[in-house]
Amino acid sequence: MNFEEIKKQAMSQWEAIQNSSKPRILIGTGTCGIAAGAEDVLNTLGEELNKNSIQADIIQVGCIGLCYAEPLIEIVKPGMPGVFYGNLTPELMAEIVRDYLVADNPRPDLALGTRGEGTIDGIPHLFDLPVLKPQVRIAMRNCGNIDPMDIHHYIANGGYEGLSQVLKKKPQAAIDEVKKSGLRGRGGAGFPTGVKWQFCHDSPGTQKYIICNADEGDPGAFMDRAVLEGDPHSVLEGMLIGAYAIGASEGYIYIRAEYPLAIERLKIALEQMEKYGLLGENILGSGFKFRLHIKEGAGAFVCGEETAMMASIEGNRGMPRSRPPFPAQSGLWGMPTNINNVETLANVSAIIQKGANWYASYGTEKSKGTKTFSLVGKVMRTGLIEVPMGITLREIIYGIGGGIQGGKKFKAVQTGGPSGGCLPASFLDSPVDYETLESAGSIVGSGGMVVIDEDTCMVDMARYFLSFTQLESCGKCIQCRWGTKQMLDILEDIISGHGREEDIELLVELGEAVKSGSLCALGGTAPNPVLTTIRYFRDEYNAHISEKRCPALSCKALVSYYINSEKCVGCGICARACPTEAIEGGKRMLHVIDQDKCIKCGTCLDVCPTKFSAVTKISGQPVTALAESIPIDSKA
Amino acid sequence: MTTTSSTVAEERKLDMITLTIDGKKVEVPKGTTVLEAAQSAGVYIPALCHDPNLKPYGACRFCVVEIEGMRGLPTSCTIPATDGMVVHTETPMVNQSRRITMELIMANHHGDCLTCAKNQQCEIQTIARYLGIEQEHFDRLRKCKELLPIDDSHPAFTRDLNKCILCAKCVRACHEIAGVGAIDLAFRGNSAKVSTFGDKPMIKSICESCGECVELCPTGALMPVSAKQPTQEVKTICPYCGVGCSIYLGIRGNEIVSVRGDKESPVNKGGLCVKGRFGFDFVNHPDRLTKPLIRKKGWSKNVEVDGNFKDIFREASWDEALDLVADNLARIRAEHGPDSIGVLSSAKFTNEENYLVQKLARAVLGTNNVDHCARLCHASTVVAAQAAFGDGAMSNSIADFAKSEVLFVIGSNTTECHPIIGRIIRQGVKSKNIKLIVADPRSIQLAKLATVHLRHKPGTDVALLNAMMHVILEEGLHDRKFIEERTEGFNELAETIKRYTPEMAQEITGVSKAHIVRAARLFASAERAAILYGMGITQHTTGTDNVKSLANLLMLTGNIGREGTGFSPLRGQNNVQGACDMGALPNVFPGYQQVVNQEAREKFEKAWNCTLKDKPGLPVTEMIEAASQGKIRAMYVVGENPIMSEPYTVHTKRAMQQLDFLVVQDIFPTETAVLADVILPAAVFAEKDGTYTSTERRVQKLNKAVEPPGEAKPDWQIISLLANKLGYPFTYQSTAEINEEMTSLTPIYGGMQYDRLEDYGLQWPCVDRTDPGTPTLHQDKFTRGLGKFHAVEYKPPAESVSTDYPLILTTGRVLEHWHTGSMSRRTRVLHDLYPNGAVDIHPDDALKLGIMDGDLVTIASERGKIEAPVNITDKTSPGLAFMAFHWKESPANALTNSALDPVAKIPEFKVSAVKAVLTVLDRAAQDNAFLARLAENPAEALKEYDLTTEEKVAIASGDIRKIESWVGKLDERLKKWLIARLQQEKW
Repeated sequence: MNFEEIKKQAMSQWEAIQNSSKPRILIGTGTCGIAAGAEDVLNTLGEELNKNSIQADIIQVGCIGLCYAEPLIEIVKPGMPGVFYGNLTPELMAEIVRDYLVADNPRPDLALGTRGEGTIDGIPHLFDLPVLKPQVRIAMRNCGNIDPMDIHHYIANGGYEGLSQVLKKKPQAAIDEVKKSGLRGRGGAGFPTGVKWQFCHDSPGTQKYIICNADEGDPGAFMDRAVLEGDPHSVLEGMLIGAYAIGASEGYIYIRAEYPLAIERLKIALEQMEKYGLLGENILGSGFKFRLHIKEGAGAFVCGEETAMMASIEGNRGMPRSRPPFPAQSGLWGMPTNINNVETLANVSAIIQKGANWYASYGTEKSKGTKTFSLVGKVMRTGLIEVPMGITLREIIYGIGGGIQGGKKFKAVQTGGPSGGCLPASFLDSPVDYETLESAGSIVGSGGMVVIDEDTCMVDMARYFLSFTQLESCGKCIQCRWGTKQMLDILEDIISGHGREEDIELLVELGEAVKSGSLCALGGTAPNPVLTTIRYFRDEYNAHISEKRCPALSCKALVSYYINSEKCVGCGICARACPTEAIEGGKRMLHVIDQDKCIKCGTCLDVCPTKFSAVTKISGQPVTALAESIPIDSKA
Repeated sequence: MTTTSSTVAEERKLDMITLTIDGKKVEVPKGTTVLEAAQSAGVYIPALCHDPNLKPYGACRFCVVEIEGMRGLPTSCTIPATDGMVVHTETPMVNQSRRITMELIMANHHGDCLTCAKNQQCEIQTIARYLGIEQEHFDRLRKCKELLPIDDSHPAFTRDLNKCILCAKCVRACHEIAGVGAIDLAFRGNSAKVSTFGDKPMIKSICESCGECVELCPTGALMPVSAKQPTQEVKTICPYCGVGCSIYLGIRGNEIVSVRGDKESPVNKGGLCVKGRFGFDFVNHPDRLTKPLIRKKGWSKNVEVDGNFKDIFREASWDEALDLVADNLARIRAEHGPDSIGVLSSAKFTNEENYLVQKLARAVLGTNNVDHCARLCHASTVVAAQAAFGDGAMSNSIADFAKSEVLFVIGSNTTECHPIIGRIIRQGVKSKNIKLIVADPRSIQLAKLATVHLRHKPGTDVALLNAMMHVILEEGLHDRKFIEERTEGFNELAETIKRYTPEMAQEITGVSKAHIVRAARLFASAERAAILYGMGITQHTTGTDNVKSLANLLMLTGNIGREGTGFSPLRGQNNVQGACDMGALPNVFPGYQQVVNQEAREKFEKAWNCTLKDKPGLPVTEMIEAASQGKIRAMYVVGENPIMSEPYTVHTKRAMQQLDFLVVQDIFPTETAVLADVILPAAVFAEKDGTYTSTERRVQKLNKAVEPPGEAKPDWQIISLLANKLGYPFTYQSTAEINEEMTSLTPIYGGMQYDRLEDYGLQWPCVDRTDPGTPTLHQDKFTRGLGKFHAVEYKPPAESVSTDYPLILTTGRVLEHWHTGSMSRRTRVLHDLYPNGAVDIHPDDALKLGIMDGDLVTIASERGKIEAPVNITDKTSPGLAFMAFHWKESPANALTNSALDPVAKIPEFKVSAVKAVLTVLDRAAQDNAFLARLAENPAEALKEYDLTTEEKVAIASGDIRKIESWVGKLDERLKKWLIARLQQEKW
């Protein structure tokens, strides 16, 4: 079968679904959906359809990005726009089947928005919602729209068209197109993809390799997972284009074993590609041959680093090695090798299909196109977003994210995963691009974005991220192995009130030494959270060290709770809830916390009825409460 | 001419680059790292993880520099120097970084320098001093509190990871140099550490104890158990196997306190195996013979010697002892003729001493009855290769193996028997440069790395090789040009191997047809292929045929006479090649000049001023036979232990007990020495000068490092004294004098004088003082002119399995021990690592025999029986038992077959039919015929003996209590075995 025939078959299948007389129900069953309960919802959906004898096409799709609203479904009745419902439970699902599918009431009170032609009263257009309006979907173009386990869906939406065109031209043409698009590596370093390909293309060698880096290890980051689960072929097509461009005949997808669903979907995708001649000896009749292997990682964060990844594929302990030689000269098994991240490759297939100019029309002068971020932390709407480069942090956090939870104050945003920096409010109007973030001491990284509110202690925050990178250091470089540990020990001293005056300067000195003295980017960036928090929140460090005070009232060792004798009514709720029986005082007695017994769990504060609000949390000052419990009546 | 040389100079120029380091212009070859460039310019850059023999690593971060135009602080050990590069090694940024690195190390370093064995040799100290680290610098850092336990499980070295800085030199040495991989980095972050698989103690790992890791550790993390510092070092040659590793002995007083490999040596490049590194305390062992000993009157040679050694022998002066020897030898010569005396020389002697021994035999005693243990290892090689090529030695060099595409290892457990060569193979395979074919009945370590493992039955080599050649011819993979121009006898070979189809060979060898075809294609399609082999080929009644077949295969594929190809008999003892070269053989004078050749004879008669016998003497195997028949009446055995090393030891011992007079000259009271009339105490390798010839024909100089103990003397002195007593003056004042005489009479050693050998020796032939030696033999023509193919037919081994002896026993060595164990078993580390022998039995056989791992079993052949614990392993094949022959408590050679190869007279050590029986059963059965029969065949026992119904029922139901009431109390293990046996029987 040639590509035209494959495409024709795919189109007719896709159109049959689109034009079906049966309602079509798309349900997000990516990892985020499943975690939120999509499987139960899916079961209920099936039962309800059965019960009501409704014939419908159910399509399991990947994550559309609105993770905060999972489980999420879209119901498309013939001739109607699709209607999205979020935060579903089995009960709600049953209700919606009965009301919308049986009774034709779209339940505007429950619906999130609509998609497609036409409108429904009372339901806004999904993409007009603040969460989606600023977003541009390139890498995630098919996520949530198509069945990731059916190659026809991908092909019908323009998939593999780009590859079929590329294979008709010289490899250099593809490299030039990618260069022209201005695409930069989405794994974090932001190196121009086309230039990287050119190096590998120009490198002499009969055997070359291409590797897709799907070892997404940043805590709280799930961009690549979502793309692989929702649209694996967009990545695979990009990989084939890259392989052809550099002259590789063999490739590896290095994916973390913690992504079983993505692995399963990749395996299905590879089988289908084999079937349609998109892998193997003679791809689409062009003479281009390419074999692809899936290599599951064993959970080491550092294996996301190129040279460590190659060592791991070779069967060795994943440890970075020095460059030069660069992978493009001597990579996997000593052969020229090119490594691209999942999102980069998903962009490649779009660029080849729609053209470099189209892609370059998004983004800024130096940072073209879009970037996906996993927006998490204390923001109202968490989820996966894809935005044009150059958008401001404010647009992301307040526009897409809907601002800070619980009406709290924004304090900082941490970008780029555990080794990114923490930027304060003064950067809210800065554009998100490689250069700006770097000059601020942070990185775009692979796209983690953690929003921090006023309740978070920045010292503790830095300690948390450093504890991760310290634990994940491969141990090769002394600075990274022991430097981060030294910094961590100091931070732990600071948050427990044992900081020394010279510690801040020592942290800066060590941080700079770790950055400059480490071989790979893990050590090269690990001190970022510490260095940026010192840069922007130095007063918090000072408060911990000099005043033994945690301004965010977060560091346990530095906070105390006491019961305000003015407000206490002696109800005894706090005393009963206290896990260590640290609260003295019976009925109609003024309660007192025994500071020696108190473990600072904060339960008393939580349970004290708001009408009394008698429990107070303080830091850096002595407790000025009664020494012992006395009857309320004795209060003067 | 001028044009050419200037072009060469220009080209060379192109390969050079110039960079600036700290303002100095430095010219270095392309590919040099910045660190190496700095070192060549005399600029010191501190570095902990760098070693010139390891791949650049870049972990310790001390060698960081600033390079103009490059961001950050690149590590100079990993960055290649480029033309025009400007490097600064001492900038504030560099120094700051180094200082913090050192502070971090110190904050995490446990231990007090003063009590650390590495003190003053510690590279951390050196760098700290260089950087000027002061107390206040690291007082501000948090100190690491966690302490890791010290691993002292290994007898040779301790691991204190609290002193480890994770430079990974040990790990890299283990992988890159040793090719073992017993340790690697494990865990992450601050917990990252060097670990064995599963983080077990070192001794439980796959460590081969070569100590390369200890050698390279820059701190006190890996320290030898005995870490005394030597006051001087002496360069010499390792006394164990035939690889010929160059070593430095560290000496303090008269004691060897350290050993290290010689990094400049082209052979071992600094590497050593466990024996070479830790195997030297035998030199100072209290068992060393220190005075001449004379057997006391009245002590029969039949008496068992065990602890009563001192009662049997009395100390004597050299004069008395040598007079006694000379008188007796002279008497026996006078009474029975010179050929009634046999002389055994030693493969452990120097060339000079071997020369003297054979001269003593031929010129002084007047007999060609001189031989040595090469008879037992490579006699068949010498015979066959001389017939095929004209030379009996390894054709190429050890360094060549790394240049081969395909290596065919047959009958050699190289990683255990020739560890440094095994290492080269292992590294080649692991770096994917070499494809390996292994033919061995056992699943030896190399077999696991092989592309094809041909697991043939012992003694079927000819069939296997003929079938490979059959495939090569059939598929037209042979080298027609080579065959035509360089060889003769091809047609006869072609005719013979026609019948050896892979199908036929499959029947004989047990190797599948597909494997044979695959191996043949792999071997024949390589541009450069070499064969390595050992005793698995030679120790057969068809040993000569086996070697001829290997020669055939090499010539058929044109794989000889070039680098990376060739014929590689791996010689077992350090100077077995030299002992052969020196004519310690019954048929040749030094340099393989035939005793039957009149011209040669006349030359030596003239030189030695005597008349020489024109007939070859007896090889050692026939001397023993002759002794048992009373034809040999006296033997002079120097540095050999035939009681342990000859096959059928009962017979050997009996023969030697019958001798009128036996002189043994050795360093320990060996199993042979205790039968002697006179024992002469000799010096070991470290106590004398001379030369050794390694397996690759490399003649190397050994140098005296310590004085012999007591009155022990170097062998050349003892032999000289004896010659003098026998009335033939040996007036040598030094070994150099012997060397002069020897080289003048031995053409292939013509240019091998001491002054030319001091560095790394020369490879023979080296005919005169201008000859640089010959790394590769047979380059343009074979030593004999044309190479000769020998059509060889398969013949089965002399012995095959029977119902009485259902197992085949094959023998060999283990890594930690050596030969008859007289040296290695007197070395603490080697003994601790491998204290006892065991017999390897396949799980299938063990199941059949009701034997469990660790059981003591009795192994018996028609010739004798021994007891040994069982090691159940699938390293052997079903039906095949394996034992090393190092153990005097369970001497494997009590069982081996003394049947000889008809030409080479080498015994068939490798195939003996044996049985293995649980020792408790064997002992019980000796006392009780009924029990023996019952164990052997319960159903028949029931028929043969007149038993009551009650008794029959008791047996059939395995009622041990009843059975015990007739045969007596049974051992617990035996009870268990018998119940299982009776239950197994189909009644």
